[in-house]
Amino acid sequence: MLAGFEALSELVFVGVGLHDEGGISLKGLEEVRSADSVFIELYTSLLPNFSLERFEALVGKGLRVVSRRELEEDHGEVVLRVAERGKAVLLVPGDPFIATTHVALRIAAEKRGIRTRVIHGASIISAAVGLSGLHNYKFGKSVTIPFSENFSETPYLVIAQNKELGLHTLCLLDIDAERNRYLGVREALETLLKVEEKRKMGVVTRATLAVVVARAGSQNPTVKAGFVDELLNYDFGGPPYSLIFPGKLHFMEAEALKVLAGAPSSVMELVE
Amino acid sequence: MVILPLPRFRQTSEILKLMHKKENIRNIGIIAHIDHGKTTMTDSLLAEAGLLSPRIAGEARALDYLEEEQRRGITIKTANISLLHDVGGRPYVINLIDTPGHVDFTGKVTRALRAVDGAVVVVDAVEEVMVQTEIVTRQALEERVRPVLFINKVDRLIKELRLTPSEVQDKFMRIIRDFNNLIEIYGEPEFKKKWKVDPQKETVAFGSALHKWGFTLKIAEEKGVKFSDILEAYMQGRHQKLAQLIPLHNAILDMVVEKVPNPIEAQRYRLPRIWKGDLASEIGKAMLNCDDNGPTVMCITMAQMDPQSGLLATGRLLSGFVKEGDQVYLVGARKDYRIQQVSMYMGAFREVVDKITAGNIAALLGLDLARAGETLVDLAHKDVMVPFERIKYVSEPVITIAIEPKHPKDLPRLLDAMNKLSIEDPNLITTINRETGEYLLSGMGELHLEITVKFLQDYGGGLEIMTSAPIVAYRESVAGKGIVAMAKSPNKHNRFWVQVEPLEEKVINLIEAGKIADEMGRKQVGNILFKEAGWPVEEARNIWAIDEHRNMLINAMKGVQHLREAREMIIAGFRWACRAGPLCEEPMRGVKVKLMDAQLHGDPAHRGPAQIMPAIRRAILGSFLTGKPVLLEPIYKIGVSVPARWVGDCISIITRKRGKILASEYKGVLSMITGYIPVAETFGLSTEMRSATSGHALWQCTFDHWERIPENIASEVIRRIRERKGLPPEKPTPDMFIGEEQRAMRSETL
Ligand SMILES: Nc1nc2c(ncn2[C@@H]2O[C@H](COP(=O)(O)OP(=O)(O)O)[C@@H](O)[C@H]2O)c(=O)[nH]1
Repeated sequence: MLAGFEALSELVFVGVGLHDEGGISLKGLEEVRSADSVFIELYTSLLPNFSLERFEALVGKGLRVVSRRELEEDHGEVVLRVAERGKAVLLVPGDPFIATTHVALRIAAEKRGIRTRVIHGASIISAAVGLSGLHNYKFGKSVTIPFSENFSETPYLVIAQNKELGLHTLCLLDIDAERNRYLGVREALETLLKVEEKRKMGVVTRATLAVVVARAGSQNPTVKAGFVDELLNYDFGGPPYSLIFPGKLHFMEAEALKVLAGAPSSVMELVE
Repeated sequence: MVILPLPRFRQTSEILKLMHKKENIRNIGIIAHIDHGKTTMTDSLLAEAGLLSPRIAGEARALDYLEEEQRRGITIKTANISLLHDVGGRPYVINLIDTPGHVDFTGKVTRALRAVDGAVVVVDAVEEVMVQTEIVTRQALEERVRPVLFINKVDRLIKELRLTPSEVQDKFMRIIRDFNNLIEIYGEPEFKKKWKVDPQKETVAFGSALHKWGFTLKIAEEKGVKFSDILEAYMQGRHQKLAQLIPLHNAILDMVVEKVPNPIEAQRYRLPRIWKGDLASEIGKAMLNCDDNGPTVMCITMAQMDPQSGLLATGRLLSGFVKEGDQVYLVGARKDYRIQQVSMYMGAFREVVDKITAGNIAALLGLDLARAGETLVDLAHKDVMVPFERIKYVSEPVITIAIEPKHPKDLPRLLDAMNKLSIEDPNLITTINRETGEYLLSGMGELHLEITVKFLQDYGGGLEIMTSAPIVAYRESVAGKGIVAMAKSPNKHNRFWVQVEPLEEKVINLIEAGKIADEMGRKQVGNILFKEAGWPVEEARNIWAIDEHRNMLINAMKGVQHLREAREMIIAGFRWACRAGPLCEEPMRGVKVKLMDAQLHGDPAHRGPAQIMPAIRRAILGSFLTGKPVLLEPIYKIGVSVPARWVGDCISIITRKRGKILASEYKGVLSMITGYIPVAETFGLSTEMRSATSGHALWQCTFDHWERIPENIASEVIRRIRERKGLPPEKPTPDMFIGEEQRAMRSETL
């Protein structure tokens, strides 16, 4: 190889956005088309209407699906090795570094002299917040509610902390994309009620207001605000789901919940 | 074809009445070297003298009854049976306990012999006294169980070997002499003289279990049968007549009734041997006297899975009685139970009864944790009962074989049989890996596994099984302290710092003795470690887990966020590491793992088991490899008895196989050599011993301890194990587990 003509060594993280193949940006598409190799991971999120074949037809290229094992246990070697000798793209559902742990891969790449760039996609975080009508600047820490076999009190405690400060909490409901399994709203609420039973802090009771966002990014998302009691038995349609526990409500927020999310009129009483 | 007579039909109530008269009860076992004819003899006794309950008698004739048994796959050999036998016009109930003695040659766990007062030792006339004959006879003697001898397969001496009467005579004499030698060596002084067998004293019977005839000298005299008559019967192909003239069951059962003590007599001298409690206490006295009115005490000798009714526990009542609904306590399992059903054996079938009294054998339903060796006592005496022998659920199966059904369609039957057997035999470990299709049996030695396979075949109703060559188990340990190793979770968002060091010998001993155990309260464990092992309070108080292979996990972390939620996953990661060490994926042993520090991700989705477990495991393996890792091998204690002229040959074989000699001493005509020998060196030992001593050496091996493998051969052993398991040939280095940041971290802390 001639001196000075070092091969390009680049890894571009491209967000695929939400729900289906249509979520990728034009910029992202460009990156994919000019890449030497394109990888996609599908384990951090559930994209209900995403078809690999359709996507490959769209970008005109074969994609290599990487597993959690390859990215985590094997430290993303498959991707890094290719990126060292050319331009690699890693497609990630949502926005590449929101609600994922891929930053470890980005750091590893930079340490090995691989340039990294990011092309954003829509994230569930902004989508759920936006759809709910609540104000983004009033959200506190977000948290995942895990499957019951990994029972954790953390979500409850995070909601409590946020409420203390008058802040809203966005809860993502756990998914296991590799096994096509997702946590349902009812199960998630029951987990929280179980902690309530023990802790008795009044953070999540049957009379607590919550907002469910289902299938954000699709043509027909469901957004439903109501009291836990009602939400326990409500039919939200298919996954994925997120759950918001509002803190103090601004009157515009209450209005939005009523009009956009079918909240009972009693929410107006919750305005501070 | 011989038409079998109908087994005697009696009303259950009549039998129960007999069972109260303890003078008319005999509890016995039949023990033998494998293939010497225990099963054939048991079948024949059952056919002739088995009891039949009205329920079954109403349904079937004798022949059908046996067919029914076969159809239902009830193999007599795995059950306890009761027989009825008249001597001098008096009826006797003979309870025959199945002796799983075959599966335990270490003498540690078998308690079946504890339930019986006498044992019929079956010896094949062709093969004579063999290794296992010695082992089981010794076990009987150690339990103060009186042995009588049955020399079986005499037909083969006549038909196959065509021995002359004087050669047959010589063979009998030699078997009796060898057998008495065993009593001489292993018997206790106060019993050995009385218990040595002698045809003149009606303690030896001769016969053919296959052809269902047998005699003692007394019977032969009474019936006027001479050995030449037997020879002649065979010459003329009329041996069926022998079964009518001198039926086998008469010879065996006469001997049992005459020579085996009844439960009252037996308990008086056997109790001090099998129970270390206070003989003058209420319970002690009741058991000495076999008292129906004393506290209920039962020694469980067998646990079986009954597909319909769950766990069936069989055992001997030493005092008191059992009836349905009784509140009882299992001392080993530490659990109260209500007896759901009491039954007794009628022939090979169980018959539900109201009540069974001291000195008898009872079968109980409803005690799901009962295992062979358990002590059962009534609830009122739960705090004062001393168990029969400390029950250690400790087994160190050191040899493993892989098994496979010959026909893949038999797999479900094989798995079912494996499951049953693992409950019944506390020394057997079965591993079923459905994914890899690997089915493993781990046991105490080659013979144990050989017999286990035979059992599986029988349980599976004649299932054909293929077996691999035996594999020895090893352990991995550390000889020094490892570094404080850091490992990250796969997603790199959680970190753990861990340090391993050798677990003190003292603590390992506490675990082996059952004084500390994982299932005990942490406070109790802490107290013992503080008092008996001198551990600092801080450490003793923070034991998180004790793994089955004597490893311990200690939490030395403070103020780590979310730790409580990660605790179970950390423990699971620790157990995972202990199951397969880094040298060659053999279990770790004697390793103390300390959790020094941790950083956990705030969101539970990013610190699930898939993240925590591998991180903990890697940190442990990393630290382990820096702590002078060593490989341990199992060592048998070997005892050889051999005529003096071959002592030198035996000693040199043992030492050549990396063994050590502890002692060599004369015991009557035989010399007894004791020593240690690595398990790995014992394959092929039989051939060498046999050829060096012309077959005159008898020996037994029992697992004794783990020992560091000499350095010069360790790496070769590791390489071979890795190869067998399909692992890369080179053993891993620490940084394969703990990675680059480790170095940075270490330099920071140094
Ligand atoms: N010729 C002959 N064969 C016998 C006799 N007793 C048992 N066998 C055979 O020896 C083998 C092993 O007998 P078995 O009762 O299963 O032995 P176990 O392992 O002690 O239960 C079987 O093939 C029997 O048929 C006998 O008296 N004469």
